[in-house]
Amino acid sequence: MAKALYIDYQKCTGCRLCELVCAVMHDGISNPARSRIKVMKWEAEGLYVPMSCQQCEDAPCMNVCPVKAISRDEELGTVVVDYDVCIGCRACVAVCPFGAMNYNPIDKKVFKCDLCDGDPQCVRFCEEKAVDFVELEDISNIKKREAAERLSNAGKDAAALMAQM
Amino acid sequence: MALKRRIAYIDLTTGDIKTKPIPIEIRKKFLGGRGLDAYLLYNHTEKGCDPVGPDNTLMVSGGTLTATCASATARTHVMAKSPLTGLLGSANMGGFFAPEMAWAGFHHLVIKGKAQHPVYIYIHNGEIEIRDARDIWGLTVPEAQWAIRKDLGDHEVKSMVCGPAGENLVAFANVMTGIKNSGGRTGMGCVMGSKNLKAIAARGTMDIRIAHPVEALEFNKRFIDQITSAKVNQTQGKIGTPFIWGATNSWGGIRCRNFQYNQCEYADDIEPERIDEICEETMGPYHMTGCFGCQVHCRAQYKIPDGPYAGKYDEGPEYTSQGAFGGETDTPRATTVLTGNHLVDQYGMDNLDTGSIISWAMELYELGIITDKETDGLDLSFGNDEAVIEMIDRICYRKGWLGDTLANGGIKASQIIGKNSFDYLIQVKGMSNLHSDERATPALALNVATASRGSDHLRSRPAIDLYHLPEEVLRKIYSSPVPYDGPLSSEHTEYIGKPWQVYWQENCYMAVDCIGICKYHTTFLGATLPNFEDWSKVLYYNTGLEMSPEDIWQVARRCNMIERLFNIREGLTRNDLVKGDMLNHRYFDEPTRRGAPDVVGKVIEKDKFIKMIDEFYEHKGLDKEGQPKAETLKELGIENEPSHLL
Repeated sequence: MAKALYIDYQKCTGCRLCELVCAVMHDGISNPARSRIKVMKWEAEGLYVPMSCQQCEDAPCMNVCPVKAISRDEELGTVVVDYDVCIGCRACVAVCPFGAMNYNPIDKKVFKCDLCDGDPQCVRFCEEKAVDFVELEDISNIKKREAAERLSNAGKDAAALMAQM
Repeated sequence: MALKRRIAYIDLTTGDIKTKPIPIEIRKKFLGGRGLDAYLLYNHTEKGCDPVGPDNTLMVSGGTLTATCASATARTHVMAKSPLTGLLGSANMGGFFAPEMAWAGFHHLVIKGKAQHPVYIYIHNGEIEIRDARDIWGLTVPEAQWAIRKDLGDHEVKSMVCGPAGENLVAFANVMTGIKNSGGRTGMGCVMGSKNLKAIAARGTMDIRIAHPVEALEFNKRFIDQITSAKVNQTQGKIGTPFIWGATNSWGGIRCRNFQYNQCEYADDIEPERIDEICEETMGPYHMTGCFGCQVHCRAQYKIPDGPYAGKYDEGPEYTSQGAFGGETDTPRATTVLTGNHLVDQYGMDNLDTGSIISWAMELYELGIITDKETDGLDLSFGNDEAVIEMIDRICYRKGWLGDTLANGGIKASQIIGKNSFDYLIQVKGMSNLHSDERATPALALNVATASRGSDHLRSRPAIDLYHLPEEVLRKIYSSPVPYDGPLSSEHTEYIGKPWQVYWQENCYMAVDCIGICKYHTTFLGATLPNFEDWSKVLYYNTGLEMSPEDIWQVARRCNMIERLFNIREGLTRNDLVKGDMLNHRYFDEPTRRGAPDVVGKVIEKDKFIKMIDEFYEHKGLDKEGQPKAETLKELGIENEPSHLL
């Protein structure tokens, strides 16, 4: 069963180590402009949201590509660009609803998350697990458990309030 | 390549901008960051220059490893002659500015002159531009940064700015970046203000090729595992630095009521757990944030829960703000600490100096040396929360006689106030002591007395001395990379062996400041963290620079000596109370009144203190007067400074 990136932005501390190790892993270069993952920040509110490719099932980038350079790797569950076919038109960049298809003006290439062939470095380095790598079948269970915890806490708080009344 | 980052010389008077590569021989001698800044300061300022005049030179830099694949290479260093002390001015801050400057192509800036009107410098992918900042002048620290982003139409721009305090030439104004990352101490924001320089903005997308990327990545993982496995860093990552204040206060190492007590009583409301509670209540369970590439994430986020600034967002407070606006002024209330912290972040003003100078004024008020006349009717009694908040505002905007006087810093203020006010001023080399009380800890007292930028803990404090580590553990740490077989003591009230520890830490911290990483990633608060051996590897994997641990030690010694040379040129002598390696008389004369059994009743014994200084000078290669010996300068290869090579 394929795994997917699971981003919980609330846990993100905004350090951008994921951006650094992504660029170094893929290109041997430190430059966030080369990172497949990017932390969007609202510093005035203390809000940091890591953004990366969702490896969509019905991927707009794949659908829009005029030369069919983008395909699915069923084994890894990734959406992959074939650079031998790609013409660099950036239609995929324009159409991605997450801004996760990037363009590198130095190498003149589009690029996106490839899950580091199954060992995503952003996940490996994020101690907070703001970016995690989980089995697709479990992906909603994490949210369920957290929601359940919130509900049960709310229940306890309500019971405590009732007891005081 | 990291080593291809350039140096830029910017003249604000003429608008002239030149850039140069940094030769590899210079790198090997001074590495970068604070060390190379010290070389540049010594070479680019004239003896006796006016710190707030156009001739003072402002250095801004990242370290050798900034923005490479090493952990927490976030530090920005700023140096100039200090308007607060008239000696070495130096400030170091985290955040995201230096990495952005490195991606924009630069490691070092040398800024001279004074602009005709407020300007800011914009650095973008190898280009440098001086831009109009008249509309930005007067804005607070965060406002100015957002205004620059708007001006440039780029949300990713990172800026370091001076706040209103810097514009108003408050002698201890900070350079700031982000919400609260502060280049504090010695008034580097004041130097920016004096040059009409509101900000330096950077935006870069230039490649920094890693010399050995696979090794760099794997070593970084090991490095991070080592750093985050240390208990001290795990605690920092949960509740931030307030835990240090809490722990230190519990045994009596905290200044209270200026210097009258060494422990703040009834401080439950500013204990780390309480502050963490407020952070959680206002920002949720995940309320910690970090600097670039750092997994310690020691900065908390909070909103002020109540009071006149209720609901305002900020980061921190660090232990320094608990000390400055809670302990020293004896106002241990969360709202006061969080509000005080917020105001100095907005104004760009040093929290330690601000809190310290307010608590000094409070003691003078208590003694009748200043009265309601000087305070314009403000009740400046210890414990008055409103007075603390009011004074922060008055100092930043130089309001009233007292605000204007204190904004000049302690030494000048004591000359204006007169009487015996100087006797109560807790400072070394003109800079306020931090919030800690070192009477029971001789090693820490030696550290504040001899630190190159004035009384400060981030230059040479052997903080692990407080842990009572077994002697063999101390020996393992302190006899590498150079051998040491002299005495060492696990006892923090002892004097023996401490000079070597302070000397070793001085070199350790200098090395960290040269390569551009954070002190939480070395032997500062944790005894198991990386140092010289690891830096040698991390430098090689990331930059290709081959430096042995001994080479790095030697660089640190050299750079510390250049800082010393600068201070001596500007008037440092051994025993001078204003410009020397000497403590306020109260350290020697007034025993501590509170604290743990081995802390209460302690003074620094003067004869033993003098012996410690002698020994410390010997380790450094200085003579009895604290002047460098000719053979030391020769051994370090700096006998012909200034050499004007860069």
